[in-house]
Amino acid sequence: MSSAAGITIAGLYSDPVALGSVFDELPVAVVFISKEGRVVYQNRAAEVLTGYSSFEACGLACSHVLRSNICGGRCPVREDLGGEESVSEEGDIITRDRRRVPVRITFTRVRSPEGRCLGYAEIVEDLGDGGQRSDSPTHPFSIGDIIGRSPTMEKLFAMLPGIAQTDSSVLITGETGTGKDLLAEVIHKMSNRAKGPFVKINCGALPETLLESELFGHVKGAFTGATHNKPGRFRLAHNGTLFLTEIGDLPLSLQVKLLTFLDDHVIYPLGSGTGVRVNVRIIAATHRDLAAMVREGRFREDLLFRLNVVRLHVPPLREREGDVQLLMDHFLRTFSAKFGKRVSRFSSEARNVLLKYSYPGNVRELKNIVEYAVNICTGASITLEHIPSYVVEAVQSQGKSDEEMASRSYGAIYEDVNLLKNRSESGQVKWEDLERRMILEALMKCGGRKSKAARMLGWGRATLWRKMKQYGITE
Amino acid sequence: MKEERGRQKILVALRGEEVASRFDMAPEAWLGTYREGEGFTNEKTVVLPQASAENLCRLIVSEGVNTVVCGGIEQEYYDYLTWKKINVVDFVVGSLDEVKKAIASGVLRAGDILIKRAGESTDELSEE
Repeated sequence: MSSAAGITIAGLYSDPVALGSVFDELPVAVVFISKEGRVVYQNRAAEVLTGYSSFEACGLACSHVLRSNICGGRCPVREDLGGEESVSEEGDIITRDRRRVPVRITFTRVRSPEGRCLGYAEIVEDLGDGGQRSDSPTHPFSIGDIIGRSPTMEKLFAMLPGIAQTDSSVLITGETGTGKDLLAEVIHKMSNRAKGPFVKINCGALPETLLESELFGHVKGAFTGATHNKPGRFRLAHNGTLFLTEIGDLPLSLQVKLLTFLDDHVIYPLGSGTGVRVNVRIIAATHRDLAAMVREGRFREDLLFRLNVVRLHVPPLREREGDVQLLMDHFLRTFSAKFGKRVSRFSSEARNVLLKYSYPGNVRELKNIVEYAVNICTGASITLEHIPSYVVEAVQSQGKSDEEMASRSYGAIYEDVNLLKNRSESGQVKWEDLERRMILEALMKCGGRKSKAARMLGWGRATLWRKMKQYGITE
Repeated sequence: MKEERGRQKILVALRGEEVASRFDMAPEAWLGTYREGEGFTNEKTVVLPQASAENLCRLIVSEGVNTVVCGGIEQEYYDYLTWKKINVVDFVVGSLDEVKKAIASGVLRAGDILIKRAGESTDELSEE
């Protein structure tokens, strides 16, 4: 492939203009293809959108680079644009980070000065709007694709607009599957950088040497196999946001380089002594405890302070009161519509199991469970048999262990009580206070059901009622 | 895929002779079993009633496939397949023959561009 910097446009000024320097700054993706549909050039915005560097893309069939749904049956290039000079089509593409992005592609004929058709230009506009896909209805309790109405999520949603408007670095923490990536994208889409690129890189997915070149780029000849210049993700994210996911997995040597960037906003590609100034906002995310990693010497304290300007914690699903039900119903509607099924509800047993499950994989796990259930359900209602068996078994064993725990804990309370009763005789602790606490704890464990609480305490229902009255515990 | 070079049931999402550029736009799929030392057996090509990610996922699960080779795939299908303990080698560009060669030599990785471009030999084209 010929270097984009070497391609020139003549006739505008006294000297030819370098094509690369002009096209790379355009906010829309531009791809030039040959008459046979092979890529001959793509600008930087196209590199961001497709995930291929210009070097990798050149010579490949356009369909492999853009991965658009237009490429299959209705590709205008195959029909020579139906004889028109320009054709516009709406569709979607699959990006390298596996997102489906709605786009409008304008196909334009490229002619020689004599009027001979040499190929086509494709101008690709990203139609994504703030994380809301055009084919998905908006949800009253959502920002972007994040849904929730629990107090913890409402608090998080309230903070987002203010945070998005600043240019400060953001550190997003939270367990796996809580939606850290979605949150980062929402912040980008709500910010003034929304028209710029959102570039994501997983710091844990690549070995150290590759990661350095991927992040900061390299110049031709920097190492064996560096056959061309590579811009790196920082330069691809120029005027946009760079999302560093799994920042806790970033090797120490690269932590220093990131710190240097955060200080002066200049990056040094591998093999180059010349720095490149880039305007990039950093959002980092991790499921690890960075403070603990600092104590263990595995993460730089100064980098943590730099990234920690704004810290957002995405709560695990078990701490999002009421959101499981909301998300269950949302995913049921989504997958039912998507798979063309008429599944519209959960049976009460299935709903109870899903509400009681602890979701160690958080929202991602809940989504997968509902998708599985909708897939295999042939009727209108999801029942227990449609729920993955590991979920049902986990809830059942959880129920049993709760009972055991409860009886064990009350046994322990009795032991404590007897011990303390002896102490109370010496005036240190009052028996009445302990008994009152014991009743309250039993009632809480049993969700306020007095018969069950009485059984747990080893009393009759009347005894419990009498003691509740004695201690002023009202219903 | 080097570490999984025992017996594998493989599905390649195809459009014609090449890996389909998108998983959800593959009108056909090649299925085969690979065992080190024995090569490929039980090869067959399945034509789908219509290109659809759901149909393909159903086929993959029902056929007990261990490894899927495909082009671009949406995250939710990727997550679903990996959740089902299926190895997904995505963003592969190349013909079925080139994919089979790469599998047999144990070098196939996600993102590999296996096709021959002007002035290059296939041996040099592995992405990493």
